[in-house]
Amino acid sequence: MSTPTLDPGVAPGRTAVALTEPRLPSWAPVLVGVAAVGVGALLWILGASVAVGVLAALVVFLVALPGWSAAVESRRAAADRLATSLVWSTFAVAMIPLVWLVFTVLREGLSTINVQFLTYQMRNVIGDQQGGLYHALIGTLLVTGMAMLISVPIGIFAAIYLVEYGRGTRLARVLTFLVDVMTGIPSIVAGLFALALFVLIFGPSIRFGFGGSVALSLLMIPTVVRSTEEMLRLVPADLREASYALGVPKWRTILRVVLPTALGGIVTGVVLAVSRIIGETAPLLVVAGATDSVNTNLFEGRMTTLPVFIYQQFSLATPKGLSYAWGGALVLIAIVMILNIVARIIGRVFAPKTGR
Amino acid sequence: MAKSIDVSDLDIYYGDFLAVQGVSMTIRAKSVTAFIGPSGCGKSTFLRSLNRMHEVIPGARVEGKVVVDGQSLYDPSVDPVAVRRQIGMVFQRPNPFPTMSIYENVLAGNRLNSKKLKKSEADDIVERSLKGANLWNEVKDRLGKPGMGLSGGQQQRLCIARAIAVQPQVLLMDEPCSALDPISTSAIEDLIHELKSEYTIVIVTHNMQQAARVSDDTGFFNLKAAGQPGHLVEFNPTKKMFTSPDNEATEAYISGRFG
Repeated sequence: MSTPTLDPGVAPGRTAVALTEPRLPSWAPVLVGVAAVGVGALLWILGASVAVGVLAALVVFLVALPGWSAAVESRRAAADRLATSLVWSTFAVAMIPLVWLVFTVLREGLSTINVQFLTYQMRNVIGDQQGGLYHALIGTLLVTGMAMLISVPIGIFAAIYLVEYGRGTRLARVLTFLVDVMTGIPSIVAGLFALALFVLIFGPSIRFGFGGSVALSLLMIPTVVRSTEEMLRLVPADLREASYALGVPKWRTILRVVLPTALGGIVTGVVLAVSRIIGETAPLLVVAGATDSVNTNLFEGRMTTLPVFIYQQFSLATPKGLSYAWGGALVLIAIVMILNIVARIIGRVFAPKTGR
Repeated sequence: MAKSIDVSDLDIYYGDFLAVQGVSMTIRAKSVTAFIGPSGCGKSTFLRSLNRMHEVIPGARVEGKVVVDGQSLYDPSVDPVAVRRQIGMVFQRPNPFPTMSIYENVLAGNRLNSKKLKKSEADDIVERSLKGANLWNEVKDRLGKPGMGLSGGQQQRLCIARAIAVQPQVLLMDEPCSALDPISTSAIEDLIHELKSEYTIVIVTHNMQQAARVSDDTGFFNLKAAGQPGHLVEFNPTKKMFTSPDNEATEAYISGRFG
């Protein structure tokens, strides 16, 4: 039997497929972009509002570039251009409020920030005298720090139970469900709960910082549990088995292998949870009250935090009050940002090392 | 200090599912015993039941007897953690601890159990274990570097070093070469030959030549039929197994005419 000779290029029964196809020049998106902006600007000049102009420019871009691509290139290339443009424009839309917010807070708040503002309290500050947010800064750090002290151990231990011990049991399923429900508790409800709890114990006039910490930890625990749980689940079962096979007991495996491997993610989750609760106003207003003076005792007397300070100053509706509110907002954002940077550094330091 | 293992009538379950049925064999001390057989026939499951790693999986349990040096492993009074300290294990995929350096990985068995070691003792253990695993020359200048930075073959030898650093009496290996290239495989096979003088070694492999090369005894596992539990078909000295097996199915499997 003779072997059939093979056509070197094309398999029998198939036509040759060209690998090249016409492509738009690399400056095409820029050209279309400029044209789209031009259309938008024209509309604006002709009297349309800015929003209409921007929207028109976006629509022109989203229609023109894929259209041009469909005419010159292939259908697939046109779909690719459309998807790419959509992804970029939604990214831009998502960024606008963020940049705008930071810009506004910086513009309004930066002039208020000075050494006095950061180190004075509001006690006996009358009229246009210089006051400050020192008392609120201390309050925020103490209340949030205590909330962290309460919720981080509870949250992490709960997550360890859910992942390492309770996996697949009915109790774990019920707990996971309850944690999910807790994630959705309105913050004011947490505040009222904490107030009700401490009123039962200490009587109706009780207002103190620790109550605020308890309310905040109610909001924080579910977030910590969820994020830690996800991180622990990501630790490969291989590592646990490797540790068991060395004769390491389960609790040491969790402590020395699983937790260190997941530490970076856990820290990030905790900081995200802190960032979320540090801006809470309502529960603190309810249970920690408000004051103009520095109070460093969590268990005695009212305590003001930054969000409550911002709220107070804003409600005054005086020019000074408004500028103090913006200043407080700027300080609050700065704290959250510093926390995030610290978390990143910690995450980087403890991340599993690849050596590459 | 190596020990022999006597297994009698071992049934292994995942929940209600009987995975392996009625295995009896004697694994000799200071020898290499290989398990071969098609995928899913329970070789690895059986291997994991030898150091009570099987029960790490929720719902998994074992019936029957595994006796090491006169002690029944599944006696209620036996602590599985103590068993695993005596019977080490190397897994199919290299799994060094990602948070630890090469040095710490080798010492993991000691350090994780919070054993106090002097610096010189620790250095000794690391050097001895890495030399034992044929890895010392390649890594002696970068012991502080992360274990994950090594190549796959080096990682697997690191895992072997980690397993022998705690000086177990038996070393179980679950397809230790399946993710490795021929050169790393050959390095590990040489290593198995050397380790034989001190340890009892049990190895699961899909590579018939490997079983023939490294082992003294071979066990052939097979499924009776799809959906049926796996069982031990034949257990014989490797030489006999590969030249004149007792069982027809064994011969069919070894010669590649499986089915």
